[in-house]
Amino acid sequence: MSEQNAIIKVTGLSYRYPRRGVVLDSVDFALHAGERVALTGPNGAGKTTLLHLLVGLKKAKAGDIWAFGESRSEEKQFIDVRARAGFLFQDPDDQLFCPTVLEDVAFGPLNLGKSREEALKIASETLASLGMEGFEERITHQLSGGEKRMITLASVLAMEPEVLLLDEPSNALDSDARQRLIDTLLGLPQAMIIISHDPDFIAQLATREVRLEDAKLRAVNLTEPQRVTA
Amino acid sequence: MPQFLEHSGTSWKGQKVKHDQSLIDRLDPRLRVVLVTLFAFATVLSHNFIVLTVAVIAGFLLAILAQLNVKRTLRRVIAMDMFMIFLIILLPFTTPGETWFTLFGLSASKDGFLHALMILLKAHAVVLSLLALVGTISATTLGHALAHLRVPDKLVHLMLFTVRYLEVIGQEYKRMRRAMQARAFVLRTDMHTWRSIGYLIGMLLVHSLERSERIMDAMKCRGYKGQFYLFDDMRMGREDYRFIAIFVPFLCILTGLNFI
Repeated sequence: MSEQNAIIKVTGLSYRYPRRGVVLDSVDFALHAGERVALTGPNGAGKTTLLHLLVGLKKAKAGDIWAFGESRSEEKQFIDVRARAGFLFQDPDDQLFCPTVLEDVAFGPLNLGKSREEALKIASETLASLGMEGFEERITHQLSGGEKRMITLASVLAMEPEVLLLDEPSNALDSDARQRLIDTLLGLPQAMIIISHDPDFIAQLATREVRLEDAKLRAVNLTEPQRVTA
Repeated sequence: MPQFLEHSGTSWKGQKVKHDQSLIDRLDPRLRVVLVTLFAFATVLSHNFIVLTVAVIAGFLLAILAQLNVKRTLRRVIAMDMFMIFLIILLPFTTPGETWFTLFGLSASKDGFLHALMILLKAHAVVLSLLALVGTISATTLGHALAHLRVPDKLVHLMLFTVRYLEVIGQEYKRMRRAMQARAFVLRTDMHTWRSIGYLIGMLLVHSLERSERIMDAMKCRGYKGQFYLFDDMRMGREDYRFIAIFVPFLCILTGLNFI
């Protein structure tokens, strides 16, 4: 596919840690509209690092990042990327830092310059759309793991992102909460990159799979029988 | 304020878990912070026993008005007394003045004793009023009230983040501690114990630091640009003004008693 319709595209992306060594060695990757890409690979392969590079939380040692039609290399340029790409962190506790759910969900919209009333309205609507109405006044650290996950998703979706970057979203969820998350994600229109170690989760969600191993990114055979097409 | 917020793990509130709204609860949090600060200054700066006695009585009255739970409050007051006790014991012996009595060849002065008594009264008056007026505000609301009172943002954020992450870090500690116990670790007075506890505290610091970096990243991802937004409007109501009308003249009288 051409460069124009790739939402995010990276070429020759490299990253190395002082002690861990090279985790990404000239990686090429593109995300197109409507795709749900599963990013798999062994622990410590650098999957999270790759997502962090995409939104500029870490700085690539080499390579180019294109996002939403522009080249991105400096912190200033990445601020816009972060506003348009919703990043779901591995540990919900890292993301939910406000005392109450409503404040947390409204935090993103407020940062995007929405007025208080608008932000609160968006927050309530987003919560309702995820079936989490009634949680507005709940205190964040008292929620269960599944509830925390849904609230973090709401806090990301409240920013109306064009892309979702999900870092092990099904971690530590029981089967009900997990299925609910899958159903929710399937209903979303955004393109996604999903880091996961859960084969069934990937099978239900992903339209294609890429595997990061030995610092190289490879496409995984798409013709496996259980794969669902988008 | 919802009920479950009032008694979270990080709650410091001195009331019963389930209690009726007291008069104090209905007052504007900002007003409570300001008035208790004024009261504390009026009390601490005074050197007059009558004033201090009145202040202690006022502290008790406020505590009753706020429907403080006796047990919880007593525990807090005693915790403070533990800090005070050595001061009270030492002051008579260290302050020069007219000898009151001698113990083991050390002379205790009456001035020192009176001074100690004064400090004791001041401390109790201030702590009781603090527990009644500020101790009944939830930590989050207090943070917001301080922000509305133009306390520097950094301090307010520090406080709100502490409230939010105290529990998380506490759980991290418990998790690591349990993991140690699961491998048959018991506290002893030997090098192994000291080293292990050192590792535990060190790891806790490292984990907290790493978590703070992840939180910062997560906030950046949601467009954080160094600004927080406050939601609750705090408004002064009729009850607030009525309380001011009683409390401010009382403060004036309290201060005035010093000069009689």
